[in-house]
Amino acid sequence: MADKKKKNLPPEAQNYQAFQEEREVKRPVLLNCIKAFLVGGFICFIGQLISTFYIYYFHFTEQTAGNPTTATLIFITMLLTGFGIYDRIGQFAGAGSAVPVTGFGNAVISSAIEYKTEGFILGVGSNMLKLAGPVIVYGVFSAFLVALVKTLLIKWGVI
Amino acid sequence: MIFFWAFVIGGAICVIGQILFDVFKLNPGQTLTILVVVGAILDGVGLYEPLIDFAGAGATVPITSFGNSLVHGAMQEAEKHGLVGVVTGMFEVTSAGISAAIIFGVIGAIIFKPKG
Repeated sequence: MADKKKKNLPPEAQNYQAFQEEREVKRPVLLNCIKAFLVGGFICFIGQLISTFYIYYFHFTEQTAGNPTTATLIFITMLLTGFGIYDRIGQFAGAGSAVPVTGFGNAVISSAIEYKTEGFILGVGSNMLKLAGPVIVYGVFSAFLVALVKTLLIKWGVI
Repeated sequence: MIFFWAFVIGGAICVIGQILFDVFKLNPGQTLTILVVVGAILDGVGLYEPLIDFAGAGATVPITSFGNSLVHGAMQEAEKHGLVGVVTGMFEVTSAGISAAIIFGVIGAIIFKPKG
């Protein structure tokens, strides 16, 4: 797609684009991946601590402990987001703080706080899911397709 | 031991996300959407549940588990009620993440002041 776009541009613009690409600071992919690994792993480690707590004291199983763990992590995220700490973690960790469910929580909670100035109904209410919306929409739709296909296959005796 | 695997698998899923950011130049919204869809497909082919048994929170905390539990809820209801269950059971298992995010989002908006 990028090449197609380039062909329609005058030669000066093409030269400039080549120049710009050359000068563009390369992203330190390996370093970013290591940071993401450490922070993401650490968040999951804390999640495991919380899970173990629920399994021992409230008799959840490994499969069902995910739900209370998620809720607890999002509660912690609310505090970290409110005090502006999560943003700083995010700048350091990149995907390491975005991919765990805390990143989902952060996306919802930070929009909720940000749009408070526009009022609680039209500000907080309508903008809170702005960033997290696509995840819910395509999560639900793809889950629908997967479950539909699987149910049909089971019905027809294929699997 | 499960603590070690939670760290490693959870970290590895985040690295996949980081690669989608940096190498494929996707924005966070696109990356998370892809991961959720992948989670749903993995559960569809029956691979996500063994991963949870193996890595615990390493598999339940990343956003991929959201796709997994959506499919799980849909399949549970589908076993009981057939095709209608696919639609009605969708949020049965997942509700925790979304409910918690909305509830704490509103509470956060009440307590905290926006910055800047």
